[in-house]
Amino acid sequence: MAAIIRQNPNQPALPDFRNLGTVLRILVAVNLGAAVVAFARAQQLSAVFAVWVESTGVVEPYLLLVLAVLWAASPWLTRLPFRAGAGLIALVTILAGRVVFAAMDTRASLPDGTLLRWILFGLIAVGILLFYFRLRARALSPAITEARLQALQARIRPHFLFNSINAVLSLVRSDPRRAEVALVDMADLFRVLMRENRELTPLEDEIELCRQYLELEQLRLGDRLTVDWNVKSMPADALVPPLMLQPLLENAVYHGIEPLSVPGTVSINLFLSRGVVHAILKNPYRATGGNHHSGNKMALNNVRERLALHFDAEASLESRVAKDSYEVHIRIPYRTEAANSATGVPTVTGPLPGQDNDRSRDANARIAISEAARG
Amino acid sequence: MAEAPLRVLIVDDEAPARRRLRDLLDDCASALPLLVIGEAQHGREALELLQSAPADLVLTDIHMPDMDGVELARHLLKLAHPPVVIFTTAFHEHAVHAFEVNAVDYLMKPIRVQRLLSALQKVPRLRPVSAEKLAQLPAMARRFLSVTERSRVVLVPVEDVVYLKAELKYITIRTSQREYLLEESLTKLESEFGTRFVRVHRNCLAARDHIRGFERRVNDDGDAHWEVLLAGVPETLPVSRRQQFVVRDTGRETAA
Repeated sequence: MAAIIRQNPNQPALPDFRNLGTVLRILVAVNLGAAVVAFARAQQLSAVFAVWVESTGVVEPYLLLVLAVLWAASPWLTRLPFRAGAGLIALVTILAGRVVFAAMDTRASLPDGTLLRWILFGLIAVGILLFYFRLRARALSPAITEARLQALQARIRPHFLFNSINAVLSLVRSDPRRAEVALVDMADLFRVLMRENRELTPLEDEIELCRQYLELEQLRLGDRLTVDWNVKSMPADALVPPLMLQPLLENAVYHGIEPLSVPGTVSINLFLSRGVVHAILKNPYRATGGNHHSGNKMALNNVRERLALHFDAEASLESRVAKDSYEVHIRIPYRTEAANSATGVPTVTGPLPGQDNDRSRDANARIAISEAARG
Repeated sequence: MAEAPLRVLIVDDEAPARRRLRDLLDDCASALPLLVIGEAQHGREALELLQSAPADLVLTDIHMPDMDGVELARHLLKLAHPPVVIFTTAFHEHAVHAFEVNAVDYLMKPIRVQRLLSALQKVPRLRPVSAEKLAQLPAMARRFLSVTERSRVVLVPVEDVVYLKAELKYITIRTSQREYLLEESLTKLESEFGTRFVRVHRNCLAARDHIRGFERRVNDDGDAHWEVLLAGVPETLPVSRRQQFVVRDTGRETAA
């Protein structure tokens, strides 16, 4: 899946027009632009809204037409060098303006120079947006993304490490076999925690890791911790950022179970619904203590930022405090390794061997960039 | 002293940690006569055990649900013969720093048997850490207030307290059931529990959760003042002139 996406990582190419985040940004920016124009054109303040609404009659069809063309052409557009791609987008903008004008002109004859005005507006918008996306691509360049992901490397609480070692020590004399298993679990867990976790991994691997982690916590907490697994219908092959769930489970145990003098349940619910992978974690929560809240925020923000780096606007993380429980809900787009390595995307110009599948490429582009940069 | 065995109580919420400590104490037993009088899962259980079976030393975890180790140590001081307390902790950077600053003994988990042994050997020369020092340690607000009655230590859950009233040498703790006498300072209690209590009078803290409302009263001289109405108790408390803003602030909160 990697090392084939960008031949020249120093040259930020065009944005991916199939990415929800990109499309949203374009929609918002162009409509804001139209609003600014309405402010400039309206004779009175009260007329601004009317002028703006009137302009949308042209702006929306024009914008949607351009976006539709770019969406269709995206797989090979993004492969072009920046200048050629920008030129093509300008051409698309001019032609789309012409088409929209033709359609509107048949209904009511438009004054002279209207077409030129539209096209100039369109080209200015294209220019500004391309400049913005280029800046953004630089900001998210391989080196910087890499550094940010590295900085966001999830850290396990030292508290957990030492308590676990202590728990294993307590078993050495009485139950050496269990102590062995526990040590192997710990080794596995720390192997993952210490490696460079910058590439997406299958969900089943993350779940396995979570199981090992909870196994260790169970050793320590015994009956006080019950885990309710609801993963029968999970998409095992979905690609997720490594350590997406484990830090959140650690939070659930630390804030939900440990301060509780009665047994408590942590529930994990994973399922796929309309192309979106949902992960819902729930734990008991008592609002009174409230002393180590900051640690919780840290882990949440860490996972949230990593989700944003990997999936941009297509992933979300929400947390909710109910009366006596705490819930975290993660949504990420369903992407798989198989879809990533699929070949034979129909392309217009000479395709590169093993070119990535267009549908899933955006999710992994950045991660793949990181890998390419590392060699 | 040398011939009487050292009586030790183990307090930890995690079973493996208790077992480990017991193993280590067994190892020390050959070098130093000692007797493990029991194990407790939390502070309340420990206090209960110690009322009937006194100990010389309590080895307690710091981080525990319900009542943490530091709070336990504060309540143990009320016993007729307070034991020496040595804290055990897996990791807690800030806590550990404060323990060092205040010269409060602690052992790092996992505990080395040599460390434990030298700590045990010191015990006969140690005195229990004072309440002032314990109050310096970073801990959550206490979950219980402890009072001594007929040489037993009684725990009063803080959430049951309706109001605290300073009277001469003592503070009266009022719950919906009854009253207790406490020897502490009202100002310190106020700062320890923060927003749980609100000062309605120079000598009185009322529990926010128990305030039902306020009532305006006019006495015979024609002076008007506010009285706090409380849930669970029949009596009301006067609000002093200086604390009148409480009526407005608290009133708004209950309305919201």
